[in-house]
Amino acid sequence: MLRFIVRRLAGMVLVLFACSVLVFVIFMVAPGGGSDAAARRIAGKNATPQLIANVRKDFGFDKSLPVQYTTMMKKVFTGSLVSYSSQLNVDDEIRKGIPATFSVIIGAAVLWLFFGIVFGYLSAVRAGGFTDRALTVIALVGISIPVFLLAAFLLYYLTFKLTWFPNGDYVPLTQDPISWAKHLILPWFALVVLYIGFYSRVLRSNMLDVMNEDYVRTARAKGLSEHQVRIKHVLRNALIPIVTIFGLDFGAVLGGGDLVIESIFNIHGVGYFAAQAISNQDLPPIMAVTLLGAFFIVFFNALVDIAYAYLDPRIRLGTDAAGAAAA
Amino acid sequence: MATEPYSEPVLQQHPGREPGDPGIPSAPEGVPIEGRSPWYMAYRRLRRNKTALAFLGLFILIVIFVIAAPLWATKVAHSGPDSTHTLQKLTIGGEKKDVVTPEGQPIAPVWFGAGGKFFLGADSRLGRDEMVRLMYGGRVSLFIGIVSGIITTVFGVILALIAAYYGGWVDSILSRIADVIWAFPVVLLGLAIGTALAISGLHLGPITIASSSVWIPILIIGGVYTPYMYRPIRGEVLALREKEFVEAAVAQGAGPGRIMFGEMLPNLWSIIIVFFTLNVANNMILESYLSFLGAGVQPPSSSWGTMASDGFNYVYSDPLLTLIPAVMILLTVLSLNVFGDGLRDALDPKAKLRLEARTGKVEPEAAVETEGV
Repeated sequence: MLRFIVRRLAGMVLVLFACSVLVFVIFMVAPGGGSDAAARRIAGKNATPQLIANVRKDFGFDKSLPVQYTTMMKKVFTGSLVSYSSQLNVDDEIRKGIPATFSVIIGAAVLWLFFGIVFGYLSAVRAGGFTDRALTVIALVGISIPVFLLAAFLLYYLTFKLTWFPNGDYVPLTQDPISWAKHLILPWFALVVLYIGFYSRVLRSNMLDVMNEDYVRTARAKGLSEHQVRIKHVLRNALIPIVTIFGLDFGAVLGGGDLVIESIFNIHGVGYFAAQAISNQDLPPIMAVTLLGAFFIVFFNALVDIAYAYLDPRIRLGTDAAGAAAA
Repeated sequence: MATEPYSEPVLQQHPGREPGDPGIPSAPEGVPIEGRSPWYMAYRRLRRNKTALAFLGLFILIVIFVIAAPLWATKVAHSGPDSTHTLQKLTIGGEKKDVVTPEGQPIAPVWFGAGGKFFLGADSRLGRDEMVRLMYGGRVSLFIGIVSGIITTVFGVILALIAAYYGGWVDSILSRIADVIWAFPVVLLGLAIGTALAISGLHLGPITIASSSVWIPILIIGGVYTPYMYRPIRGEVLALREKEFVEAAVAQGAGPGRIMFGEMLPNLWSIIIVFFTLNVANNMILESYLSFLGAGVQPPSSSWGTMASDGFNYVYSDPLLTLIPAVMILLTVLSLNVFGDGLRDALDPKAKLRLEARTGKVEPEAAVETEGV
């Protein structure tokens, strides 16, 4: 296990480095146009020539690419990156937004795992029943719906027309837990519907597969009740593959749906900050959010893989079957 | 695999028959039996899937809808997608109404109240015809979805063939690059590149693309999804490399080009078609997210995503401005996803591998299809 952790973390460091290079290339190199154009992009829409010249010097655009790379990384990770349009320190703003963003995505993740598992379990136990068919439809519509459709619909009908829910904003959990949850129910719901459908479908098919395994027959033969067999043997093993896709989807929500949801429901988290920066075409915040977001996701996925290896010994022993499952 | 006990009497009469095969009707004596290509059999399986066909029909309707845009614009609405009617008044049932009120509120849908003009109302304080914009915006959305799908497919397949055929360091490098892109969530990566390019466009050697060009979102989406096409196809090619017909081609002295494109590629067509369909659906969703947040299609062009985004400014006074373009995206993407699923079942009825990159798990009930003609 220790060997696996070390190997996985070493791999993670390499991926982190590659990600940072990719982000550097995206913002500094790929658009092209030379050092002036790069400085102008960073400086923002209404930059004065003086500011552009300063940015050019600050980011080392007249120096070699490796120097530019280290300058950019230093700026992001020491917290000296400033948005030239709003004069705000980017890392401070991100730090301020983290509680709201984590409330949105962690709450959503807990909900989708919980309901995904409950519905998946129910539909596997009664395969072909109503839950089963309803979930298939939800999963299919869920992968096809743009999240802003559902969010705008909920915002208009449930908060504006029916006033069942407070309109947008975020209340810190420490300040008022009930109000916190009330403000977050609709954002959670809009993010989660897709994943509930999807996860319950995956869990259902995993469970149907596991039910045919020899060890399930053995469990029945030794006289366990059907309930015990389902929970302790079938469900537990069927949950293992869910762990990996959870790591990927958590990242996808953090780097995608969350931005849309936060800007629609006016939740001032990291996603809102990034969405604002995008519409103002203000690069430094987006640069930092992309880089830190990718780092967080890569790190989170490494943790998930380690958890996965802990649950499933085949992974850490590196057998062929496990390699295929992990791919 | 299947949980239900499986029994079919016909199967015992034809011991050689595999489940999923349409079966062999007994031909009358003396009449030669016509050969059937796998494509024909797939077509017959698809024809039986009424849901998939219904959604294909829906997709075709949507395509006709956007193709008819100039017709509606000139014959019915008498307005182009970008013509503004800020100060104009409409006569609806004898009553005069502002297209845009002095407070800047665009008119709500009037349906056929003004003879088809402003069928879905006006889009913003600019007073443009929402219906005309919806039809033209759909062209942009579909164009981006399909063209970036072609880019993803061409690059994904060629790189996968090269990586899996040559193996070694070529494979390592390509796969590591794919892994890094894979580590990013697609939307975040698309947003990052989209914003970087939206400011000053792309200047790469001889290539210059203006920041407002739709080719920027097309290239971004095509590029971001390439690893998602590359990975599973590479797996398929690795399996094909071990097949006897490839060995036979090698023994005949065929070069790498012929083996990759003459021998392997024809065996990949069926999954490529399925992947392409589902990829276009994903592309359209990604385009809508990028455009909604302002890093996709840039003015003066507009897509359903930008329309939903612009309409969101009026979400409380006229929610349809956001909901209608968003529903169009939903319908288009849903039709492609359902049809793509049906296509997959038809082309590859015994597929163990559920090809969608995210699912990663076999759907037991769909893996075996057991019915005769």
